[in-house]
Amino acid sequence: MTRPHGPAEAGHYVSADATSLPRRKARPSVRARVAATLLGFGALAVATCVLAPLVGTTPISFAAAFSRSIPFDQNVDAQIFFVARLPRVLAGALVGSALASAGVVFQALLRNPLATPFTLGVSAGASLGAMLVIMLGGAIALGPFSTVPAASLAGAGLAAAMVYWLATRQERAMSTSVLLLAGVTLNAFFSALIMFVQYLADFAQVYRAARWIMGDLDVGGYDSLTASLPLIVSSFALFALLPSSLNLLSLGADAAAARGVDVGRAQRIAFLSASLATSAAVSLAGPIGFVGIVVPHLVRLLVGVDHRIVLPASALFGAAFLVACDLAARTLLAPIEIPVGVVTAMIGGPFFLWLLVRKG
Amino acid sequence: MSLVPALTEVLFALGAGPQVVGVSSFDEFPPEVKTLPKVGALLDPDTEAVLALRPDLVIVYGSQSELQTQLRRAGLRAFSYRHGGITTILATIRELGAATGHRAESDALASTLQARLDAVRTRVNGRPRPRTLLVFERQPGTLRGVYAAGGVGFLHDVLGIAGGANVFADIARESVQPSVETLLTRAPDVILEVRATGLIERRTASERDAWSALPSIPAVRNARIHFLTGDHFVVPGPRLVQATEAIARTLHPDAFK
Repeated sequence: MTRPHGPAEAGHYVSADATSLPRRKARPSVRARVAATLLGFGALAVATCVLAPLVGTTPISFAAAFSRSIPFDQNVDAQIFFVARLPRVLAGALVGSALASAGVVFQALLRNPLATPFTLGVSAGASLGAMLVIMLGGAIALGPFSTVPAASLAGAGLAAAMVYWLATRQERAMSTSVLLLAGVTLNAFFSALIMFVQYLADFAQVYRAARWIMGDLDVGGYDSLTASLPLIVSSFALFALLPSSLNLLSLGADAAAARGVDVGRAQRIAFLSASLATSAAVSLAGPIGFVGIVVPHLVRLLVGVDHRIVLPASALFGAAFLVACDLAARTLLAPIEIPVGVVTAMIGGPFFLWLLVRKG
Repeated sequence: MSLVPALTEVLFALGAGPQVVGVSSFDEFPPEVKTLPKVGALLDPDTEAVLALRPDLVIVYGSQSELQTQLRRAGLRAFSYRHGGITTILATIRELGAATGHRAESDALASTLQARLDAVRTRVNGRPRPRTLLVFERQPGTLRGVYAAGGVGFLHDVLGIAGGANVFADIARESVQPSVETLLTRAPDVILEVRATGLIERRTASERDAWSALPSIPAVRNARIHFLTGDHFVVPGPRLVQATEAIARTLHPDAFK
């Protein structure tokens, strides 16, 4: 990368501190800092996930909810707690965690602090898939997935595969600029297709599609969670391989290669894991925006830029953030709900703009 | 010319059918509209096509302000309308009759509709009014993206006349998007699902099954979930009487024996 402006420059800002870290002997060891961060953010995430299901639009009796003497099918309190709230909080935690981590990885991979999990067209592909199923009216379940999630997953996979193919066609290592441009273009192209499909649809379908785009964590049961879990767990397993190489990758491919990173492999793992996490999250809850950019940056403000700390901390903070946003979404205007994507955007939009102008 | 399907139906019911020179691209009823030129719809009116047909009167939706400006510039008369409750529909029928030279027919139609609605009201009068959730849209096979009738508008009015108590009567909006928690809390006695097309009917068993995730809802426990199909359930025109009668029969089968 020789471009003096834009993403390269921005990437530099992320990486400057990362390389100087090992030289600062005065700081506690990385391992101790990772442990401290995990403990702190872990406690926050756990506390949020435990408290969130206790709060809702309806006051419920927890004695009744956990009582064994009332049969479950007659126990309204138990159903509100176990069918309405708990799966919703878990979905929020999974999705928030996946999107925040994917945001961190894409920002490092693309060396661009403004990258989000949706920059490379994954969400547009997912939306197109979902939209097609909504318009065609299909409702056949594919294994554990019902149709809309399955189609959005397929669309996301298709978009990721196209971007991947485009970016790896010419060189052994991915070109981040090709990756970025291909992703942005694909995003625009898919958005145009979405508009076209919407244009042909009737009102009810447009309604349903519009609601899907706003994001929704109200999964109403555990089926969709168990369907998404394996994908999200595999992406996290891949994330675990990444942090050190992400630190070096954010210096640029050449610099990373000079320090012994297998750049092509690291980029592939980064791209695949982040795309997988994003696809799974979007298929579960729709494209909930801004989590993937707000959380990584807030975490960096708090703990610095070393990916060994930023990545796990973002995963945990992302869970807490989205669960909290969804809590606001379902309680603030009760009995009306605010779509959760609107809440994250209202917090995330201004934050994003502040981030954009801060350096200028 | 009519860009509002509900009012196209009114025109034909008034006997103004032969005067209609063009309809919206969503118009399907009565069957005569199928041969008429289509001139776009709510979001994409084809102004050129509208003007080319040289109508004397164009029925537009209230939100189509740009089209109204263009019509005014071309010296055409526009009849602007917005959906409302049953009162609005009956009043609109009379206004439209006056505007198209069918005043007598429109008075007769409005009175007939009112009389039939009153008949339904009388028939179910005095019977217990089940707390009813009226769903008009959701993601098939799941309880996500549920849209239900709120406390104002045509569906709410129809449900009330048909002898049901809307569980969302307190929410002053045409539609409500309840969460699973809200569905459990509102605990309807009856769930009515209405759709314009027959897709849901072919899957009634699996769609009914989607509700079994929430067994504490009385409607689910007592198997009082009903599916009704037909575009008269979603088009607020003269056929709202049929919709009202169908819902009344579903809620109070005994009253119609």
